[in-house]
Amino acid sequence: MPEPAPTRIASTSASAPPVALTVNGVPLTVAPGTTVAAAVCIAGAHARTSVSGEPRGPLCGMGICFECRVTVDGTPHRRGCQVLCAPGMDVRTS
Amino acid sequence: MSAHFDLVVVGAGPAGIAAAIAAARAGRSVALVDDNPAPGGQIWRHGAHLPAAARKWLVELQASSVVPFYGWRVIDHPAARLIRAESGADCTDLQYDRLILATGARERFLPFPGWTLPNVLGAGGLDAMVRGGLPIAGKRVVVAGTGPLLFAVAGHLAARGAKILAICEQAQLGHLASFARCLLSDPAKLFQGAGYMLAARGARLHTGCWPVAAAGTTQLESVTLCQGSRKWTVACDYLACGFHLAPNTELAQLLGCRTAYGFVVTDDLQRTSVTDVFCAGEPTGIGGVELALIEGQIAGLAAAGKLRDAQSLVPRRQRKLGFVAALRESCTLNPSLRNLADEDTIVCRCEDVRHAALRGRASWRDAKLHTRCGMGPCQGRICGVATEFLFAWHADSVRPPVLPAMVSSLASPGPTRNQPASLSAETAISAHSKETP
Repeated sequence: MPEPAPTRIASTSASAPPVALTVNGVPLTVAPGTTVAAAVCIAGAHARTSVSGEPRGPLCGMGICFECRVTVDGTPHRRGCQVLCAPGMDVRTS
Repeated sequence: MSAHFDLVVVGAGPAGIAAAIAAARAGRSVALVDDNPAPGGQIWRHGAHLPAAARKWLVELQASSVVPFYGWRVIDHPAARLIRAESGADCTDLQYDRLILATGARERFLPFPGWTLPNVLGAGGLDAMVRGGLPIAGKRVVVAGTGPLLFAVAGHLAARGAKILAICEQAQLGHLASFARCLLSDPAKLFQGAGYMLAARGARLHTGCWPVAAAGTTQLESVTLCQGSRKWTVACDYLACGFHLAPNTELAQLLGCRTAYGFVVTDDLQRTSVTDVFCAGEPTGIGGVELALIEGQIAGLAAAGKLRDAQSLVPRRQRKLGFVAALRESCTLNPSLRNLADEDTIVCRCEDVRHAALRGRASWRDAKLHTRCGMGPCQGRICGVATEFLFAWHADSVRPPVLPAMVSSLASPGPTRNQPASLSAETAISAHSKETP
């Protein structure tokens, strides 16, 4: 379990510029270190449509459930929670 | 591609980090593999507010000779002393003399009407999303399920500006009281607990309480809670709901490690039933970060041949085992939770298999064959844990690949099986940095 009295870990991305990408073709700018799954939520999109037609979003946030899978730069089935946003990235939901 | 290391550690959470550092200090070449883009596991997520102790470990890891394979997921064990990992479109084989499994745990989810709606997440799941950049300030959040993770998550989300409307713990107050007595014997943990309670101030704690339904059109709009005979509905933006943890034992099972009661069996020095395969942390029993760090050090030292040093840490491990038992006791699920799902409730989210289709099935295998339950990309990691509680089914086998993999990875001839390593550690790092910009 984590402890109180948190310290902010030095992060190389702390002073990095925002990241511009597109989600379903719509431009979006996010803070560095943002996951693709979070970006999809910020864009107001659902990650995928289930086999019976339900909209789905992330569940586990840690690469287990596959609910946040999206197409990243043409590669399908990427787990959005385990991919960090990168400049110019093209994210597509289904 | 392939590479050889004295030691390969799978999982870069506290146990894996401690193991890798201990073995590297002992002069061994060590690879540390994790499917996340950065080390820390779920509990020490990169970029988040971290306790000083976590920061110390991560800084030490970075300064060590440990070769990182972050963003690489282990998919197979195609030959003796060899694991295969995939990252994006790349695939590599890692040869080892000894292997340490520190694969951690996942949340246990129980199906209830509406649990598949977007914005219903795990407790740790929402926490991870927020640490990954999801804005939470001003959002109304109900935290529910069971276990100390609920308080940790509520505290962290409140600190980020979320409005925690309620914390619903399925256990009765009496169960929690015995857990609290265990905390009293461990002041460090007591202070952690107190910190979370303060951070989540304003949140109402309900015991013997759980969600019975989530509602919304295209995403969550409200959740209905029950406590005894009382039911009420709360409008909210997120439901963070997880029923404690389940160990990630798939890779251990694929390797043939003996398990008991769902956990990997080890000896005092974290050795599994398979020669030269060690296991540390949550897969051997849910015990939290402090125990994971001790077990990781024991495994790393033992795998590096420093048996006396490893042995010297065993008493510290033994002292933490009372916490494991108390945690298990306090998180015992109320049998009423088996009635949460109605016949239309989806149990297998990958294949949209509903509860009605699963009732009357004889076993996990029977359910898989007839309904496709557990046959989707998560390979039953979510619904298998749920059906174990709902129907007392047990997954009877694990087959390769342990995660969905590219055909090209499976078809790879595995050049390292009988040949010397052809990929230097340096090449391995550059392959990694391609994946994580």
